[in-house]
Amino acid sequence: MSERTLKSIEELIKFHGKPKREVYFDGENSGRVLKEVIEAMLPYFRDTGYGHPSITNKPGWEAYEAFSKASELIAKTLNVNSQDLIFTHSGTEANNLAILGGVRANKHLGKKIIISAIEHLSVIFPAKELEKTGFKIVEVPVDSEGFMDPDTLESFVDDDTVLVSIGYVNHEIGTIQRLREIIEKIRDKNPNTIIHSDVVDAYGRIPLDLTKLDLDMATLSSHKIKGPRGVGVLYLKEGVNLEKIIYGQLSTQEYWPGVENVPLVVGFAKAAEIRFTNFEEKVNHMRKLRDMLIEGIMDKVPYVILNGPKGERRAPDNVNLSFLYCEGEALTIEFSFNGVYVSSGSACTTRVLEPSHVLVAIGRKYEEAHGSILFKVDPEHTIEDIEYTLEVVPKAVERIRMISSAKPREV
Amino acid sequence: MASRIPLPYSPKVLELFRNPKNLGRMEDATISATAGSLACGDRIAIYLKINKDDIVEKASFESYGCAANIAAASVLTEIIKGKPLKEAWKITWRQISDELGGLPAIKYHCGILAVGALRRAIRAYYKKEGGRPEWLPEHLTAEERQALEEEELMEKLAKMRKKL
Repeated sequence: MSERTLKSIEELIKFHGKPKREVYFDGENSGRVLKEVIEAMLPYFRDTGYGHPSITNKPGWEAYEAFSKASELIAKTLNVNSQDLIFTHSGTEANNLAILGGVRANKHLGKKIIISAIEHLSVIFPAKELEKTGFKIVEVPVDSEGFMDPDTLESFVDDDTVLVSIGYVNHEIGTIQRLREIIEKIRDKNPNTIIHSDVVDAYGRIPLDLTKLDLDMATLSSHKIKGPRGVGVLYLKEGVNLEKIIYGQLSTQEYWPGVENVPLVVGFAKAAEIRFTNFEEKVNHMRKLRDMLIEGIMDKVPYVILNGPKGERRAPDNVNLSFLYCEGEALTIEFSFNGVYVSSGSACTTRVLEPSHVLVAIGRKYEEAHGSILFKVDPEHTIEDIEYTLEVVPKAVERIRMISSAKPREV
Repeated sequence: MASRIPLPYSPKVLELFRNPKNLGRMEDATISATAGSLACGDRIAIYLKINKDDIVEKASFESYGCAANIAAASVLTEIIKGKPLKEAWKITWRQISDELGGLPAIKYHCGILAVGALRRAIRAYYKKEGGRPEWLPEHLTAEERQALEEEELMEKLAKMRKKL
């Protein structure tokens, strides 16, 4: 980053100032780590277990102990063995390992890779990389709420299918796929096909039993349950072949060389422990806030569309709304000045605004995608947070619409 | 693929985003024009009230777009107020960017789009009035072409996606 850019950012933050109330809804992209999690991590930076978990000295053994306990705890929440968890430094890394490593290690099984049109980019991009080396990518379409039809998916699976990767809960629009049924159909059609699921947005939101689901691989990410950023997991069922994608000094983990980040792994486990204590209560709380936000906004603001399904088939934390006649970035900034922190589905990566591939896949027009805002509620949010947001949003949208050259009559 | 950094907007951009000048549709405009499209995520509408001496008496804008877009249109309309059209034609996107304390590189096109909309309005005005003054280039300038390219690019992209 140039010095000038840094100076601009400093000035910008100063200009922005601290709003009277702040509510962070951008759990999709980052998050506030739970206080208890921070406390649980702190000793492992300096006081205990700061050693390398595969070296024979006291801090090393302590690190191994802490790492193993954390791993056990997380495995239990998934009903799998802790030996089957591979700790990476993000969900993105875990998805890359699953797709690249899973396909390369099983290439004798076929040339076809099946994903859905709404997968996370950390699934789509590695698949596209494999396409360059001769694999064929098939994208399963979704309906207007983001659901895949299990029969359509089954019809794509054949003897040449090496891997299928289907996310359980969509990260942008909260669609909960009928994953159990999908997996059964794939197994019936080709029992050799490797099945991976990005369950990052299912974990801590819906009941999740990886053994019962009969998955070969699954991806998790700590920050999505209010643990620290920088730690992810790939679950790999015993006996499934995987190839390394990064190389270096071997540590406790066969497939992810390098020093384990013990404090962060401990933090992840603590966040999981907290999330799964009174789990149902937390889910109900999120669902209540979710619906309050969706209904409140749709009630107060005209020309708003909900992206994704309603009710039980939607993740309890996901609110994704398109504010027509508004551009998303302008909205995120306007909300930010009022202390409501969100992200938009469209990103300015070039001269034109790039609409979210998920929203395009469910059939949203570009201008509908451009005005999309993603809010993720979490168990820490309060009713007051939602009430405050419901005060801010209508005013902010009204102001941006007042500026806008797009008016209801023309779209 | 390029990286994405948070946009280092200057306080000036944010100030104008919060309190834009010359905002809104002008009912008694002599001429108006737009550049960009809803599909590309930014579209500026410029309204001009021009007197018999070809001087911009009033200028206003509407913007469907990001903070930079709004600020660029605000600055542009402020600069051209009271200027003869011949002078207004010469405004560059660089001038707008400088006036805003420097736009982030990824947002240069917002300045270009604002200038593109203004030049379209000026061209439309002389077309309506009949007779192109000598100083007005016969062919589209880079800014006008860019606005056009942006509009066409999005249409092409949308068609490509449909085919897929």
